[in-house]
Amino acid sequence: MLVTDSEQLRDFIRAKADLYGRDRSGLMPILQAVQERYSRITDLAMQEIADLLDIHPVEVYGVVSFYSFLDCEPKGRFIIRLCRTISCEMLGKERVARQIENDLGVPFGETTDDGLFTLEWANCLGMCDQGPAMLVNDQVFTRVTPEKVQDILEGCRKTFVAHVSQHREEHA
Amino acid sequence: MISYDDHLMTFTSVDADAGLKAALGKKRAEVLSEVEHSGLKGRGGAGFPTSMKWNLCAAATGAEKFVVCNADEGEPGTFKDRVILADYPDLVFAGMTAAAYAIGAIKGILYLRGEYAYLRKHLEGVLARRREANLLGEKIGGKDGFDFDIEIRMGSGAYVCGEETALIESLEGYRGEPRNRPPFPVDTGFQSRPTTVNNVETLAWVTCILAKGAAWFQSIGTEKSKGLKIFSISGDVETPGVYEFPMGITVAELLEKVGGTGAKAVQIGGASGHCIPASQFDRAIAFEDVPTGGSIIVFGPERDMLAVAENFMEFFAEESCGQCTPCREGNEKLLEGIELLKAGCCSMKYLRELCALGETMQLASKCGLGQSSPNAFLSIVENFKDEILGRTPETV
Amino acid sequence: MADTTKEKSRAPKSVQAHKITPPADSGAIGAQTTVTIDGKDLKVPIGTTILEAARQLGVRIPTLCYHDDLCIAGVCRVCVVEVEGQRTLQASCAYPISQPIKVWTHTQKVRRARRHIIDLLLSEHYGECYACPRNNNCELQALAKEYGVDYFRFGHVEAPKYEKDESSYSVMRDMNKCVLCRRCVRTCIDLQEVGVLEVTNRGAASKVETFEDKPLADVVCINCGQCINRCPTGALTEKDFTDDIWAAIEDPTKHVVVQTAPSPRAGIGECFGLEPGHALTFEMNTALRRMGFDMVFDTNFSADLTIIEEGTELLLRLYKALVEKDESAALPQFTSCSPGWVKYIEHFYPEMLPNVSSAKSPQQMFGAVIKTYYAEKHGIDPKDIVSVSLMPCAAKKFECNRPEMADSGFKDIDYALTTRELGKMISESGIYLPDMPKSDFDDPFGTATGSGVIFGATGGVMEAALRSVIELVMGIKVEDLFEHADITPVRGVEGMRYAEVKIDRVGPVPDLLKHLVPDWEWLKGATLKAGVAHGTANAKRVLEDIKAGGKFSQCHFIEFMACPGGCLGGGGQPIPTSPEIRAKRAEAIYSEDAAYEVRKSHENPAVIELYEKFLTDGPCGHKSHKLLHTGYTARGKYIP
Repeated sequence: MLVTDSEQLRDFIRAKADLYGRDRSGLMPILQAVQERYSRITDLAMQEIADLLDIHPVEVYGVVSFYSFLDCEPKGRFIIRLCRTISCEMLGKERVARQIENDLGVPFGETTDDGLFTLEWANCLGMCDQGPAMLVNDQVFTRVTPEKVQDILEGCRKTFVAHVSQHREEHA
Repeated sequence: MISYDDHLMTFTSVDADAGLKAALGKKRAEVLSEVEHSGLKGRGGAGFPTSMKWNLCAAATGAEKFVVCNADEGEPGTFKDRVILADYPDLVFAGMTAAAYAIGAIKGILYLRGEYAYLRKHLEGVLARRREANLLGEKIGGKDGFDFDIEIRMGSGAYVCGEETALIESLEGYRGEPRNRPPFPVDTGFQSRPTTVNNVETLAWVTCILAKGAAWFQSIGTEKSKGLKIFSISGDVETPGVYEFPMGITVAELLEKVGGTGAKAVQIGGASGHCIPASQFDRAIAFEDVPTGGSIIVFGPERDMLAVAENFMEFFAEESCGQCTPCREGNEKLLEGIELLKAGCCSMKYLRELCALGETMQLASKCGLGQSSPNAFLSIVENFKDEILGRTPETV
Repeated sequence: MADTTKEKSRAPKSVQAHKITPPADSGAIGAQTTVTIDGKDLKVPIGTTILEAARQLGVRIPTLCYHDDLCIAGVCRVCVVEVEGQRTLQASCAYPISQPIKVWTHTQKVRRARRHIIDLLLSEHYGECYACPRNNNCELQALAKEYGVDYFRFGHVEAPKYEKDESSYSVMRDMNKCVLCRRCVRTCIDLQEVGVLEVTNRGAASKVETFEDKPLADVVCINCGQCINRCPTGALTEKDFTDDIWAAIEDPTKHVVVQTAPSPRAGIGECFGLEPGHALTFEMNTALRRMGFDMVFDTNFSADLTIIEEGTELLLRLYKALVEKDESAALPQFTSCSPGWVKYIEHFYPEMLPNVSSAKSPQQMFGAVIKTYYAEKHGIDPKDIVSVSLMPCAAKKFECNRPEMADSGFKDIDYALTTRELGKMISESGIYLPDMPKSDFDDPFGTATGSGVIFGATGGVMEAALRSVIELVMGIKVEDLFEHADITPVRGVEGMRYAEVKIDRVGPVPDLLKHLVPDWEWLKGATLKAGVAHGTANAKRVLEDIKAGGKFSQCHFIEFMACPGGCLGGGGQPIPTSPEIRAKRAEAIYSEDAAYEVRKSHENPAVIELYEKFLTDGPCGHKSHKLLHTGYTARGKYIP
């Protein structure tokens, strides 16, 4: 798990609140920044944000729990989101799904024991002409086949770094 | 990324900055009137006349107004906004700038869905370039008193935030739950200020209209659906992708162009659209007949239509915001009904109850999501009864 | 001066009223428009909702998520109507009329939609009506009956999905019964601004939860119970201790005494179908004895006692501040009889705890006196006394279980009963309360004054205190300054109120206080400034104003009540609640006060006797401090 030292977390949040505004309109970008940096939004983070924005912690919690890409619970360093909407379904997402579960050893909705991968479903990723499509963090993969799954996962393992956002620079 | 430049002839040929400069050379009222004469209607799916939205916004009192570009493209089968943002972002930003000029806004926001985060860096670069070229920022194009800039805000994985008031809620830091309407965003929008929320494609067409003239756009399409439309076509076709066709093209004509003739059914308008069986392929894709935000999904003869309905209903059950009773509970009930049909144990009586429930959802839901989520279910039940009733459950 | 008038609603936009602001001059051209509902015309100011217009016309539109006290949600869709020209049905509670429209409220489409909505709610509601505290007083039951539900069209919940949250002494949550109307969310975030409840997740997984779904006892819930009063079903109820009380009554070794507060008396009639505003004080005394309580006492006695203790404390603080120039005397002094308010300040403004009066609430003072003075006087072993209080309050259940509330060596109060719980116990006893003959309270604590009664209304504590302070300090009759001793400037329902009393002359120091101050000269010429706030949202505004050095920071004494309306709107009062209902209860309380012969706390003979015989070192003396005063806990708002 990434560093969640409360002092560092507070400073990080404060900096983001200064950047995006210390009122409720800044909530989403602040939450997204915390999610990106720490892979989750902890109790402490939510209360700190609530305090700075002058809203209630339960309101922050209500917002975090609403959006699929914001999490209170710890997730893996790489969040795999496989599209399950109809066009990708028609192009064979079911077989890709089975293969990912086999390769990772966890079913959809869970995180691998080494904390590297969380496997989740996603709804239409907007790659319907090139399915099956899948996101790994911010990066999109298209025309995924059961065979290609292994390469993608290996690629993640090799480029594994402590900071999730650095991973985004990799691909064109 | 795949390029569709050869399909999107108009976008490829129009000079975005020429369009914007043409607008800035006119008075604000003239820009509004140009858009009105073009007959342009929203390209996100709802089809609201763009000029009416802009006129209401321009007329609303208040110094602070906003232009929001709705890039929360989430309708299943829709990917044309992704292509437009990736390959023709200047058309979109020029359109936003023209909108700001026309209605008197000083701030613009691009609400980009979280799933398209990989486009952000590229888009920020385009914005930076436009600022340097004096196409954004202060005194745009040398026009004294016209200041406008655009900020990118990200979504976080919620289809319902494509609904304009839910989008505004999300921007304000709330759960993406649609608001009560009236009042409408044009006078009570972002931070309760007058706000125009427009689709990516709509803004791109605005720039084209300003560059090529309203008459050009008017001359294409049908009586009530003017101009060209970008379609994102997927499913059982030879050449899926984005295409530019005139509004009013028939389903059959479209299928021919993409190698999808012989299809059993075509889903027009995404999961919230209508499932058109082969017997109705002579229908026109237009606001007055079968409308769409661009999503076209083609089903070949072997596809199981009940599985299609299940996929769509699962989508809505997951994406419903949960505020209002008919949508929150109704989507679950329709999904359960599909499970019963799959297991071959749904009585006609109960199926009729579910169809009646679907009609109530269309009437009583608080927003477009609940109002259109029963569409697929109802049209598939209506048109594919032989496939749906009396099934033998699959053995696992 | 801080801007304390700026209203900033903190509820989410989607549950706020997006009102079209009506024009300031409703007589101006274009300020009004016509709406036609079911064929009947009405001229209304623009911005009026269809529901408001319908009510004016006497047209009934059923509602569920709508509540008179709360901002508009428009989520249940029960109130949908047909508006001519619109394809979809519109929620009448949320649709502002800005041009002439025609509305139909009961067409076939509308009826079918409403019936479907009720069927959908029933399909997710764990209805165990016969075992539910809201049986026969449930809005979902009422809707089902009104719409002729005779079968579960979309199925029914067979077994509960969620565990009940029974962690709190005061409020119980059973999410199996929640219909997601969001009234509790709007109450807690918008009305009370405490912020404990919110809707989480999405779609059918939506649920009203606390922060991280922690038990209520572990978050900043202040136990005010306002959420209970507004919940349409049995999802939110109070913790019920009636079984324990029956057991005590039936135990021959136990001496069970009950004290009754003014607000339950003004409200209990509603439990028996009476219109709000009929006080059944003396009928209730008879009923309580028939049920088996050994003694029936009047909380107003200890309210009078509280006034003497707290009033003395105020005068001592003023002396310290004005004469001794001691900065540690924290002013303004805040009242401390509302346990919901006390927990509020403990969580959110713990740095201001020194301002809170150290006096216990009337309930707790009474309890301490019963287990010492009364027990001694009647030769009863305090361990055999079960002291019950009848309160309009949910937070009193928490208060009586606070560890420090046992100064006599025994718990001051063993059980705090709500009005609703007593209503249940009375009908269990086969008693129809309105028909009971009247009987008086028991001595030695049956004597009270009108000042004690008005504690139940917002401003009542302040008025009671002022009546005594004016007479004891100025040496005049209150009637000389305020007609009939009704100090109207502190009355009313405005959220924050302010009043001044100029002390232009002083009298002799009364015997009771002679040992504390030599004279009142140091107050001559001073202006006593008093503030009143009800509802924690207003409490918050007052506290922020004080911190910013505003008007309220110059006050000497401020009355705070956690519940809108004061105790008469408390979390233990009959359901439903509305501004009209609370106004009627207030009328009953003020009428009861006016009918009393003795209307000032310091003239209560039983109180005077208590100081002569028991609290011999006087108000705020050593014995009083031990038994009748308490301390507080700085809890902070961080949720671990």
